[in-house]
Amino acid sequence: MSTPTISPSVNLKPETLARIDEVITHYPVKRSATLPLLHLIQEDAGYISEDAVLWIAQKLELQPINVLEVVTFYPMFRRAPIGRRHIKVCRTLSCALLGGYKTCENFQKEFNTTLGATSPDGEVTVDFVECLASCGTAPVVLIDEILHEKVDAAKVKQISAQIRAEAAARK
Amino acid sequence: MPAPTQHRLIFQHIDEPGYSNDIDCYLRNGGYEVLKKAVAQKPEDLREEVKKSGLRGRGGAGFPCGFKWSLVDRKSGKPIYLIVNADESEPGTFKDRYIMHQDPHQLIEGTMISCFANDVKQAYIYIRGEMPEGARILEKAIAEARAQNLVGPNILGTGYSCEIFVHRGAGAYICGEETGLIESLEGKRANPRIKPPYFPAVLGLYQCPTIVNNVETLCHVKHIVQQGGAEYAKIGTPGNTGTRIFCVSGHVQRPGYYEFPAGTITMGQLLNDVCGGPLPGRTFKAVIPGGSSAKVLRFGERYKGKRKVGTDMVDYDWGVEDVPMDFDSLAMIGSMGGSGGVIVMDDSVNMVEALANINAFYQHESCGQCTPCREGSLWMKKISSRMVHGEARKEDAALLKSVADQIPGRTICAFGEACSWPTQSFLIKFKDEFEGYAEAKKNLPADRLSLV
Repeated sequence: MSTPTISPSVNLKPETLARIDEVITHYPVKRSATLPLLHLIQEDAGYISEDAVLWIAQKLELQPINVLEVVTFYPMFRRAPIGRRHIKVCRTLSCALLGGYKTCENFQKEFNTTLGATSPDGEVTVDFVECLASCGTAPVVLIDEILHEKVDAAKVKQISAQIRAEAAARK
Repeated sequence: MPAPTQHRLIFQHIDEPGYSNDIDCYLRNGGYEVLKKAVAQKPEDLREEVKKSGLRGRGGAGFPCGFKWSLVDRKSGKPIYLIVNADESEPGTFKDRYIMHQDPHQLIEGTMISCFANDVKQAYIYIRGEMPEGARILEKAIAEARAQNLVGPNILGTGYSCEIFVHRGAGAYICGEETGLIESLEGKRANPRIKPPYFPAVLGLYQCPTIVNNVETLCHVKHIVQQGGAEYAKIGTPGNTGTRIFCVSGHVQRPGYYEFPAGTITMGQLLNDVCGGPLPGRTFKAVIPGGSSAKVLRFGERYKGKRKVGTDMVDYDWGVEDVPMDFDSLAMIGSMGGSGGVIVMDDSVNMVEALANINAFYQHESCGQCTPCREGSLWMKKISSRMVHGEARKEDAALLKSVADQIPGRTICAFGEACSWPTQSFLIKFKDEFEGYAEAKKNLPADRLSLV
């Protein structure tokens, strides 16, 4: 009797698929590619869907729970879509000592949103994250992949205006 | 006494105008000459030089690197792995970021020399997930080095082959713990392994012998092989050789990174002479000397005892400002040098609120497998946050301390100690502030900075 195969639907770009096949070759044990695959899929699809979990499990010859338990352990992986831009404000001590909480609050005001939520226009999600390892230039904010340093009130305004301008240019 | 001058060994090219992170720039500055010299020597001789250098790991524990390498099981017949711990996450620490961003080839050269010295054929750089730019820079640098036959098959025609891959974490602090890191690299939750039996040197990655070294430590190896272990050991002080990078953050005029011969600078020189002292109108209140898990020091307290100087025992009587910033002196006064992350707090800071911030960090980062740590870190966070945002009671001080005292020594990894040390030390040194917080809170300025 043949085992019924599930074919989870993931729609990945050809270059993502190529990178996935390449990165698996980095490890003598396929399971090691779990984190790299989750990163690649999240970068492509924006989040990790149920189907993505099944797809990775098949790809790496694992049980789906082996992948799901990794998704739920690591803070960077998310199971639902977020805004187009992800603003991650450092919450930890050195940044807090120089106004990190204020910076976070200011970003929420700028985009009319709350912590962990996406702005009404779908443009921005504001989150707190733990130490970003740039404590000497506190407070710091990681926006998508770019680190912004010494983000005071004026810099929040400047960065927010730029994000809005980029959003407007896309429309 | 004025502060000694900086000795930039690892950070020689950091922030140097015109210095870029590509291989051409590195080669123009004498890059990879040490690797060329190293591969012509016997691996055991290189290991001997590292032992002679007295190098202590720069990730936090200060474990002697040469000794760590000597524990590697070389007779198992299994491959030996080397993992670069680039998961820099201890709050207050930010040195490895600059090495990887601005001088990645220094790390790759140090890594390749260490791999050759230990007969490693495969290395991984485990970099924090929050450093995507750093990961890209390292991947580019490795590709450049591979194109020049400095990484990959048959390196420099010697018949020795070794590959390096970059592996990204995903936001979990516990991956800095070496066995947690290994679990994570195997594609699992980063639950640290119990030792014994899982000493990485014997049963590490894929149950093979594995060396895990911090980014800065591997860069030091390059300089040790360049100068010779004995010559390198002349930098710094006996037992604390080489240079030490201090990352200073918080309430000083000039936060940043500063590199000095180990053991030659005191806390006072570092904070006042080098970092410009407190912010205008403020005075120093407390300092955490080695990353946020290190026990806090209170300005005004004194440390007395006997210490060894050369072969003699001499009395010491230090204030915070007098403490030499080396592993042993900081351990002697009940704290630690750790990762070199110095977090400074001035008199504007309420210590209950600062501790609540730290407790929220450790609660978020506990992996959850040991009950004392998972529950203890949660309760320390809940109690300290409630004190700040809700009702504070006089007995909370004793309650917090009692929770903290039940964690260390009862967990698989050192996170149990790391999460309880802040609470224990804050409660001992600032007991009055915790017991009086309910009253003091009424008079704290309403517009003060939120810390939690």
